Amino acid sequence: MHMVTVSDAPEPGFRLSQLIYDTRYRSLTIQVVVFMLFVASTAWLVDNTVRNLSAMGKDFNFGFLWNRAGYDIGQMLIPYSNDSTHARAMLVGLLNTLLVSALGCIAATIIGVFVGVLRLSKNWLVGRLMTVYVEVFRNVPLLLWILIVYAIFTEVMPAPNAYRIDPATGEAAMSALLFDSIAPTNRYTAIPSIRFDRPLGSLDLGWITLSGTFLGFVAAVAAGVWANSVVRRRAVAVQNATGVRPTTWWKSVLLLTVPAVVVLVATGFHLNLPTLKGFNFTGGTNVSNSLVVLWLALTLYTGAFIAEIVRAGILAVSRGQTEAAYALGLRPGRTMSLVILPQALRVIVPPLISQFLNLTKNSSLAIAVGYMDLRGTLGGITLNQTGRELEAILLMMLIYLAISLIISGLMNIYNNSVKLKER
Amino acid sequence: MKKSVFLGTLTMAGLAAGLVSAGTLDDVKARGELNCGVNTGLVGFAAPDANGNWTGFDVAICKAVAAAVLGDASKVKYVPTTGQTRFTALASGEVDVLARNSTWTYSRDTDLKLDFVGVNYYDGQGFMVRKDLGVSSAKELEGATVCIQTGTTTELNLADFFKANNMSYQPIAIDTNAEGEQQYLAGACDAYTTDISGLAATRAAFADPENHIILPEVVSKEPLGPAVRHGDNQWGDIVMWTLNALVAAEEYGVTSANIDELSKGTENPEINRLLGTEGDLGAMVGLDKDWAKRAIKAGGNYGEIFAATIGEQTPIGLARGLNAQWTQGGLLYAPPFR
Repeated sequence: MHMVTVSDAPEPGFRLSQLIYDTRYRSLTIQVVVFMLFVASTAWLVDNTVRNLSAMGKDFNFGFLWNRAGYDIGQMLIPYSNDSTHARAMLVGLLNTLLVSALGCIAATIIGVFVGVLRLSKNWLVGRLMTVYVEVFRNVPLLLWILIVYAIFTEVMPAPNAYRIDPATGEAAMSALLFDSIAPTNRYTAIPSIRFDRPLGSLDLGWITLSGTFLGFVAAVAAGVWANSVVRRRAVAVQNATGVRPTTWWKSVLLLTVPAVVVLVATGFHLNLPTLKGFNFTGGTNVSNSLVVLWLALTLYTGAFIAEIVRAGILAVSRGQTEAAYALGLRPGRTMSLVILPQALRVIVPPLISQFLNLTKNSSLAIAVGYMDLRGTLGGITLNQTGRELEAILLMMLIYLAISLIISGLMNIYNNSVKLKER
Repeated sequence: MKKSVFLGTLTMAGLAAGLVSAGTLDDVKARGELNCGVNTGLVGFAAPDANGNWTGFDVAICKAVAAAVLGDASKVKYVPTTGQTRFTALASGEVDVLARNSTWTYSRDTDLKLDFVGVNYYDGQGFMVRKDLGVSSAKELEGATVCIQTGTTTELNLADFFKANNMSYQPIAIDTNAEGEQQYLAGACDAYTTDISGLAATRAAFADPENHIILPEVVSKEPLGPAVRHGDNQWGDIVMWTLNALVAAEEYGVTSANIDELSKGTENPEINRLLGTEGDLGAMVGLDKDWAKRAIKAGGNYGEIFAATIGEQTPIGLARGLNAQWTQGGLLYAPPFR
């Protein structure tokens, strides 16, 4: 590419054709034209929408969000009943979306890193197995994986009824695992619930009520972590001054566990075992299969992509780095964790962001398994019962956009902290 | 490049502008085909048979309208719609008429800008459970897991019913009847709830229908009927009076067997007006005078359609009940053809 510089004196006057043929103005012309087209098409879209809405006699109004929802939701993280508003139902759905996305991102990253590293293993069998996993999962559409996993869960797991003791024989067809504490069924997995005899009250924020016990627990753990970091800093200071590092491990263990245990004992923490009563298990927490299925399918699918990203990141680190680490006497495991992965991270993180975004957006396939995420509540039942398609879809798009931008922003902050520092 | 983008934008604008259309009747005639929104698959009401031909109680409405408007009952394009997509499909013009066991409600008729033109099946919501569950009343369903089609009135009725009886339940939202069937059979839900006609139709497709019972409680009124877009009254009239013609034909004893005989003229002026041998009722809705005759010939009168698709002689085995003629103690009552 060469820049042609014309050194002739500019001709006096300005001709219209210069807008196209003069390189000084051309790029500006193109931008102005494109901008005008963009504005025109936006205006047309808005105008078309407004006209069609008025042709159908519909208005554009978000007031429906404050009406009684009237329907029930199977899975919820915050209190909700059919007397709550559509806005509340939307919030329930949003939290469900965030829950499955967060669980999915964490698990997919762990699986992706392991598989990505193992795929480069010198062990032929391990390497090929990982290749098979990656190719199988990333080459079959996600929806099919969700449906397959769901079918396995509903068809293979026993119905809650199977745990019922048959009065004739005195035995049940199935018995719960781990001292009667965990009962997998084709609807949910019943696990013990956490109960407190002396809860610390709750903090009402209007929208969400935070449990005081939970806050107390978090505060205690945070205090422990902070105290531990102080201890370690002192140890480093002592080591720097005297060359001998004082023993700190037992202090760390105590600081990290004692505060949490004290809070749990003070509030009377205990587990409540699920029992079969009527049609279903009660008393425990029923982890719905749709959540587990969605989480599993999203994790395995996205994990395959992340594995490839991790593999690419590792391969991008020069072979010399490994050899230098070996020459210094580092073992292969430590070479990977101390030398290769930190350098690979700056290649891995940017594409990892888009995988997290993909996973979050793919979670909207939840309706296939009846998981009530944002798409299921706001974009599904609320949309249908109120007939506010445009409002519901626009709101849903805005929320997904906001979630994506937040994830992207957080990951960019992280990326800035791990990328190669250039001074 | 820029020019082609600009032209492309213009073309798009032109295409979209074409969507704003004239009357539905003219559209259907110009197209030569009726777009009819039906269920994705509910045996007896709307389901494709082994040869891919749509048959059923709701499908018969589509056929009758096509016969009345286009003169050929086979000129129908069936558009399968789910509980979630049906009203959008109608509002956006993807279908001309929605004959998909949809409940006539106030808000759908007003706020959703639809017009329900009549009732072709008076239904109510019920529950189906396995016999071996030992449940004989819906009031014994405390704590049960219930499968429910999302986007339906049944979803709200279910919440109301359990609330009114101070019971708790666990809803599992599913998208289509086929999914509900699969979940219910796999035991993922204790009860399946939808309109009783839908339950009967679903049960008829089971391998072991005798092991499932429909509980006696009817928890809601579900008047099911065909719907059209609000605002096109001529088209609404055509669909409404096609349905009325089928009902009236049964009342007057006009069947697909004797219709040719009767259309030569009878002693009953009402039959003569209906079949076009006297007066010209068709012109009043923009059709010819044989419109009702063709509609009735397409699949028979209301009673014939009922008997052939969902009646007691079919695997679905529904009794006429509320859907008998008013002269037989039912609710079917066609206004006079005059």
